Amino acid sequence: MTDRKVPRTTMHIDWTRCDGRGLCIELLPELLTRDDWGYPVGRGGSEILIPENLEYAAQDAVALCPTQALRLRK
Amino acid sequence: MTSDQSTISVRGHVAGPAGTTRLFAAGSGDYGSHQAAFGPLPAMGRAPLIDELSRSGLDGRGGAGFTAWQKVASVPADGRRPVVVANGAEGEPLSKKDAALLHNAPHLVIDGLLIAGQSLDAKELHLYAGAEQLAPVIRAFKERGEARIRLHEAPDTFISGEATAVVSAISGGLPIPRDRTKRLTDSGLNGRPTLVHNVETLAHLALISRFGSAWFRSVGTGSAPGTRLITLSGNTAGARVYEIPTGLCLTEILVSTGVDPQAVRAALVGGYHGTWLTAEQLDAPFSREGLAPVGARTGAGIIMTLGSGSCGLAATADILGYLAGQSARQCGPCTNGLPNMASQFARLAYGDASGRLPQEISRLAALVTGRGSCAHPDGTARLALSALMAFASDVEAHLRGRCEALQ
Ligand code: SF4
Ligand code: SF4
Repeated sequence: MTDRKVPRTTMHIDWTRCDGRGLCIELLPELLTRDDWGYPVGRGGSEILIPENLEYAAQDAVALCPTQALRLRK
Repeated sequence: MTSDQSTISVRGHVAGPAGTTRLFAAGSGDYGSHQAAFGPLPAMGRAPLIDELSRSGLDGRGGAGFTAWQKVASVPADGRRPVVVANGAEGEPLSKKDAALLHNAPHLVIDGLLIAGQSLDAKELHLYAGAEQLAPVIRAFKERGEARIRLHEAPDTFISGEATAVVSAISGGLPIPRDRTKRLTDSGLNGRPTLVHNVETLAHLALISRFGSAWFRSVGTGSAPGTRLITLSGNTAGARVYEIPTGLCLTEILVSTGVDPQAVRAALVGGYHGTWLTAEQLDAPFSREGLAPVGARTGAGIIMTLGSGSCGLAATADILGYLAGQSARQCGPCTNGLPNMASQFARLAYGDASGRLPQEISRLAALVTGRGSCAHPDGTARLALSALMAFASDVEAHLRGRCEALQ
């Protein structure tokens, strides 16, 4: 952690991998909703901004995504 | 670095072509005509090339519209030897300019690729284009004994020219986009820094390296210097390619190419991922800055006019149907969303209209935007939304079971 600025963590969705069963939506209901076909929708399209209090939940989503479609970036 | 960065290391013994016929100034695609018109191949270091490109104001001619120098400068000078790719894949059915360039001035494209490659000390050079466009390039290679550039055949699909799709195809994979987490200029082909430039951008680069940025700027406008290739088509006439001074306004382009603006109802600017402009908006200059206020982009230099008797909604529905079929079917929102949006639009265009359709189309457009690994859903959504705006009164007419074009 740097002390210059609050690091902005984003969760990148690799749409070429995601198969839309929505586990991440269940783990991050504050950030993600389901689209018409079951794929995650969040503000930011492919780069979902993760607030600090949801970083652990986001890490879970990354670890549990069955297709490894998620990645966290600072 | 010296303060004398504007000096060009090798000048051709010929003067830069006067007037606005530049890329096609050799008059013929053979090496003798090319050398007579443009002189010998210049050599340029990395810094002077970036500097000269930056002064020239050349922007990328493939559609994304990055400035040419920024892309070259973003190749890290960290000792890893980069790969340079000339991209001549014109997946866009409305564009014919890269094909025209490769057929009429293949040596200029080859020059641009060689100059960029040499100034960046590239490890590999590649040229990627459709099969028909490779034929003149192969002839040109024979004439000059060129063996350093590897050729790759691009399939005839809409997204085959997307930069990550190009890199994927060249590395032996499928010509479909990849998820991007890094810039290609950081990590592209086999992890090497990879510069992908459109063939027209490289051809201009070849001229700027010879004749300098001041020459380049001697035509066009301050914010949109030089010339550019455009493909002009209409629903009555086939596509024609022109080299025009950049920044001419759309009406001037139409008049100078023999199209009567009075007979034009709207124009699709920038291609299938582009924007419909109404007749009243056609005084906008055809440049990045000129088109920004009306929400359009030059794309790959595409203008398609819609005649007064044609329905813009039907034209859009047909294009959306095509684009939905061109999804690489990798990303769920694109795979599902584009066919859905296209079919809702077709209902609006072809008489099965219900009052909720425009809202539903807008909702789907917002839903797919930003949710693909490439810009295909975004571009397709942009086209749909721009049609709803440009043909707003016709949307109302269609909802009442009429069509403005048929009245
Ligand atoms: S958990 Fe993974 S595969 Fe499932 S919807 Fe989320 S990102 Fe897609
Ligand atoms: S967004 Fe569509 S066209 Fe682009 S990679 Fe994904 S599926 Fe393919």
